[in-house]
Amino acid sequence: MALVLSEDAQLVRDQAMDFFREKSPILALRKLRDSADPTGFSRDLWREMADLGWTGFLVSEDAGGSGFGMVGLGQVLEAAGRTLAASPLISTALIGASALDIAGTAAQKSAHLTSLLAGDTITALAAEEGPHHNPGAVATTARAAGGGWMIDGRKTFVLDGHVANLLIVSATTQAGVSLFLVPATAPGVTVQRRIMADSRNAALVTLAGVQVGAGALLGTDGGGAVLLERILDRARVGLAAEMLGSACEAFDRTVQYLKDRKQFGVAIGSFQALKHRAAVLFAEIETTRSAVLAALTALDEGSADAASLASLAKAKANTTLNLASSEGIQMHGGIGMTDEHEIGFFMKRSRVAEITFGSTGFHRDRYAALNGY
Amino acid sequence: MSSLAAFRAETRDWLEANCPPVMRTPAPADETVWGGRNPTWKRPEQKLWMDRMASRGWTLPTFPKQYGGGGLSLEQAEVLSEEMRALGCRAPLQGMGQTMLAPVLLEYGTEAQKQEHLPSIIRGEIRWCQGYSEPGAGSDLAGLQSRAVLQGDHFLVNGHKIWTSNAHYADKIFCLVRTDPTAKKHEGISFLLIDMAQPGVRARPIRLISGVSVFCETFIENVQVPKENLLGELNKGWTIAKRLLEHERKSIGGIGERGGGLGVTPPWELAKKHVGEVNGRIADAGLRQDIATYAMDAAAFQLTRKRASDEAEAGRPPGPMSAMFKYYGTELNKRRYEMVLAAEGVQGVGWEGDDFSADELRWTREWLRSKANTIEGGTSEVQLNIIAKRVLGLPD
Repeated sequence: MALVLSEDAQLVRDQAMDFFREKSPILALRKLRDSADPTGFSRDLWREMADLGWTGFLVSEDAGGSGFGMVGLGQVLEAAGRTLAASPLISTALIGASALDIAGTAAQKSAHLTSLLAGDTITALAAEEGPHHNPGAVATTARAAGGGWMIDGRKTFVLDGHVANLLIVSATTQAGVSLFLVPATAPGVTVQRRIMADSRNAALVTLAGVQVGAGALLGTDGGGAVLLERILDRARVGLAAEMLGSACEAFDRTVQYLKDRKQFGVAIGSFQALKHRAAVLFAEIETTRSAVLAALTALDEGSADAASLASLAKAKANTTLNLASSEGIQMHGGIGMTDEHEIGFFMKRSRVAEITFGSTGFHRDRYAALNGY
Repeated sequence: MSSLAAFRAETRDWLEANCPPVMRTPAPADETVWGGRNPTWKRPEQKLWMDRMASRGWTLPTFPKQYGGGGLSLEQAEVLSEEMRALGCRAPLQGMGQTMLAPVLLEYGTEAQKQEHLPSIIRGEIRWCQGYSEPGAGSDLAGLQSRAVLQGDHFLVNGHKIWTSNAHYADKIFCLVRTDPTAKKHEGISFLLIDMAQPGVRARPIRLISGVSVFCETFIENVQVPKENLLGELNKGWTIAKRLLEHERKSIGGIGERGGGLGVTPPWELAKKHVGEVNGRIADAGLRQDIATYAMDAAAFQLTRKRASDEAEAGRPPGPMSAMFKYYGTELNKRRYEMVLAAEGVQGVGWEGDDFSADELRWTREWLRSKANTIEGGTSEVQLNIIAKRVLGLPD
């Protein structure tokens, strides 16, 4: 595994950087928040992203995608993280596309993939049931009924849940945890939007006697736990890439502020107390970048240590963005506490992203388990 | 077969044929090969292995053949190092001559200086030490006061150096001296090469908290040094001094990456042994998290060193990363030993006696030794200053 971006990946990165800076600066997120936008992101912009091929990076060529892979999508996500761009990149281009590409039957693919690639179908993973990430504990049930399945349960923190037309639901059958494709319009599905601190989308989804056909089962009956972990590892690393971008941006803005802001007649960046903290943060960002790139690469190569690297990348991204966003506000001082200034947006995004797909503690424990202790 | 693949195959064959079996086992600390005029050998295979590697120039593989080096490209050197790792080959030769002085000799030395000094470093014939710090010049290295006065064909040198690693075993010392006391402090320093086998040069070992003496005080009294032993220009030694420090930081920063490779049992295994396990996991969940936190930072650091080397190979411009590597690698090494101690409990703090294994007693001393990692070669605080200034561009 060479830890260096290919020229193609660099081109994607540059293109994505330009795209988000121009079309989705932090101001766009502020407007979505202040107007209480019912969608929570721009559908027009999402179709533009689809036109750029980003929805197809994880979809194989014979299914209509490019199969460009996680390293490529990671560059897009990192760029999106720079401007805190709200979009269904993770819920749909990453999770939905992965789920269908890995486990979808021909019928499932033809029903959903074309529309997903075009930017029309939005998917949402409904796999959490409590306040902490715990994909193995599934109280939601699916029992054989009416030639298909009847699903009952309650799912929390469903990202992009209130705009998704297709839900990917984990439920326990007699054979164990299984995944189901559930149309959001199916009778018995109730979706309530939840407003989160980062102004991004999440929903509470309840399923009361939801009847789906036999063709709704994704993968095998009882094979959901393994499949879900595979999908989640991609999601963890993809989110880590986005968080890396946010950390870099918060850091760059803070270092610039240290150079611009004058107190006691000098730039505050000349004070050693601040210099050292900035340098420590630089080192954390560099090591996080390496962990993220290694994890993205390992997922593309199907390496045996991909799961361990995924936990490494997510845990490092968690602590680094936490530090970058916290130091960002502290070093900006009073102005950093104002809503008018943008640095506070990084802190809010950080804490929501940190608990998404596993907190720091979750991934440290998982890393230890995967490495035999 | 590509030429690199051919090189790999040849290298593997040569190593198989020439690396003595015992040199393919991890080297205990007292079997490090330092070379020099009066080398000590614990076993004849050490000398055999050093001589064989030196005969191909592979003690400094990327150095030009005309000076005794291996003449390898960076890619070939990486292949050599991979094949050595695969076989478990020990480093044939170590020392400050190789890792620190040789690169600046190559960059700044005259043709005569390169001819004189590089081959003897590569063949392990001369052991060097570093005359940088002084009692009054630690982090403020440029405040050094050792004096050299040009008198005709030689410098007359008087000075007092400290923390000179292994000076009591070294043959020569590369030394920072003040040659213009009237100039600004960075502009009156020169870089001199001094033979220690002469009257007036004396090294006195300093006993450390670990009980061993790896550092010395070195006294230089009325020593005449030939003018030809000035490296670079008179009063321009600071530039060379800083460049050499970059090489030193790289070599010290490597300790974080070598991790458990130095003969220390990984802390998670020690924790399982001494704390106990439940279902294959360390029984103390708090300690488990602490160890995982350390291990993950160590893994991310190792990946960062790999990324830097992959980027260099791909021809991408290298960032000024040596200060970051030095800072992070040494802090990690200290954390590793703290984790080892935390995992061992009482077994980690024994000083002598039969209740403690030889490894346990050694690790207690290595734990103490590791505390110097973030001081020597520029403290962590100095490294953070360097990052703030050169990488982040923060003002003075």
